[in-house]
Amino acid sequence: MADRKAQRARTVLLLLALATLVAAAAFLTVGARGPWGFVLALRGGKLAGLVLVGAAIAVATVLFQTLTENRILTPAVMGFDALYVTVQSLAVLLLGAAGASAIDPRLRFAGEALLLAVAALALFRLLFDGRRGLHLVVLAGLVFGLLFRGLANLIQRLIDPNAFAVLQGMLFARFNTMDTTLLPVAALIIAAACLAALRLAPVLDVLALGRERAINLGVDHARMVTALVLLVAVLVAVSTALAGPVLFFGLLVSNLAYLALGTDRHLYTLPGAMLIAILCLAGGQTLLERGLGYDAALGMVIEFAGGIVFILLLLRRTRA
Amino acid sequence: MSDTMPARRRTAFAAALAGLAGLALASIAVGVGDMPLGALMRGEGHAALLLFASRIPRTLALLFAGMSMGVCAALMQMLFRNRFVEPTTAGTADAAGLGLLLATLLAPGLPPLAKMAAAAVFALAGTVLFLRITERIPFRGAALVPLVGLMLGGILNALTSFIAYRFDLLQSLAAWTTGDFSGVLRGRYELMWLTAALAILAYIAADRFTAVGLGDAFARNLGLDYRRIMGLGLVIVSLCAAVAIATAGTVPFLGLLVANGVSLVMGDNLRRTMPWIALSGAAFLLACDIAGRLIRFPYEIPVGTIAGVAGSAVFLYLLLGRRYRLG
Repeated sequence: MADRKAQRARTVLLLLALATLVAAAAFLTVGARGPWGFVLALRGGKLAGLVLVGAAIAVATVLFQTLTENRILTPAVMGFDALYVTVQSLAVLLLGAAGASAIDPRLRFAGEALLLAVAALALFRLLFDGRRGLHLVVLAGLVFGLLFRGLANLIQRLIDPNAFAVLQGMLFARFNTMDTTLLPVAALIIAAACLAALRLAPVLDVLALGRERAINLGVDHARMVTALVLLVAVLVAVSTALAGPVLFFGLLVSNLAYLALGTDRHLYTLPGAMLIAILCLAGGQTLLERGLGYDAALGMVIEFAGGIVFILLLLRRTRA
Repeated sequence: MSDTMPARRRTAFAAALAGLAGLALASIAVGVGDMPLGALMRGEGHAALLLFASRIPRTLALLFAGMSMGVCAALMQMLFRNRFVEPTTAGTADAAGLGLLLATLLAPGLPPLAKMAAAAVFALAGTVLFLRITERIPFRGAALVPLVGLMLGGILNALTSFIAYRFDLLQSLAAWTTGDFSGVLRGRYELMWLTAALAILAYIAADRFTAVGLGDAFARNLGLDYRRIMGLGLVIVSLCAAVAIATAGTVPFLGLLVANGVSLVMGDNLRRTMPWIALSGAAFLLACDIAGRLIRFPYEIPVGTIAGVAGSAVFLYLLLGRRYRLG
């Protein structure tokens, strides 16, 4: 029985990998005009960005959902993305707009990621003290997200009211104008994080059984939780630095992965969610950009679909 | 319970009104353009123009908007029987934005009143949709209802941004969705008077809404037509949301925190609390707008940004504090 499940998960993973390869190839080649060297270099950079963002969001979400023992909450719903944008804005406010763009972006990123990790851990401790119900935590997380977005907006306006729009475009990433200077660093961090997560897969399976059982089975629960929150924070920092905040993508991807793979084992769900994320981003961007001519719309389509999935999940959970 | 206020509360209310008048005067006095009192007294053209074309309309618009946000939130709390429901946590405001966008796109020549009406129809439809969804939740958890409402708003908002993006209207959309009163001038805010009228209507019907807030069965037992009062409340709320969106944009959570703050002190009898809710809403919005004008003088920070930050911070305090024990 267990073997057949694993067999099925492996088949699904294989199919997903094939589909992802096809989507990536389509992204690189469809509608190309001009010399191949140029096209491939430009689109290759973009594709690398999409792959990294997809992988980071997928792994961060699956880890977070295991950690909190639910499938509705994601780091983005909890406001981690927005918190990162606030940290970024704060850094620019303290350094000055000119100073911030003068510092090596990698150094700035490292500092901001560190700050985010500390702040995210504090936020996590505040919300998950074990006394609050799931709905309240989700609602509070969403409102925290709104608060952080408002704060970031306020800080950005304080920095330089005249250059508000310019600053927003220059220092804060968006899905369609990805920041490529950070790609090599991001690739390293994400590869390391993914490897760590896969190595931890058996422990994660135990953790998913719940706090009491995990402790009973010999997992150092408190330490694991801290380590995982930090890992998630770093992944969120990377993906937000590259592509800006995306509220619902992780939710969509992780739940699709659980559904498609039919198993809860992290050895399968982690790569599955990653592949689905990359497939959605590369395929979706190809379809929207080349097929329909909508350049910047992927984020909106994701929010739309993700919001509907979220409501359905909430309602189904309540009924069960 | 009696309708006539006791003397002590009447004094308190008079003092609060005086405070609000002080804030309004401050709002009239604060601004980048120079408006010396002497010139005003002599009736000189520039100063008088500034006063009557910009400062007074802006201040009035702020007063009416703050008032209606508070009153709408209080109404929706009763209608949905949930402390955390208000136009921005029920999809109402986002649906109004969608309606306004579609009206602007499909019939650009329409007068503002007609566009506003279109926004109101959408707001009503969005709110009724939210009502239907919440009715489907068998266990109406106190935190689940606003959660679904926020999500519904997010979905509508994504749809609106997509359409706006498609037709190059993202900038106008941003102007509607973040509350900003710097563009309010004579000739462009008069719809706001409608919200004042609606707030008075809500006050007249306050007792009925309070009864509805005690439940369907209770309201029927008192001989009230539950559906009609529900409908009246939803129409008032939708019209207010539409006017707010069409004039100066909306402010998240403002009504919610004002209505909750007042009901913490005074209880849930709308007849008694509504004047206080209207007054505190207006005062809060005015104070935020004045702060927005002063923080980075001579630049302005939109009131939506400031009140949004303050509003979500207080909302979090209400959510996570000990006062409401939520499941």
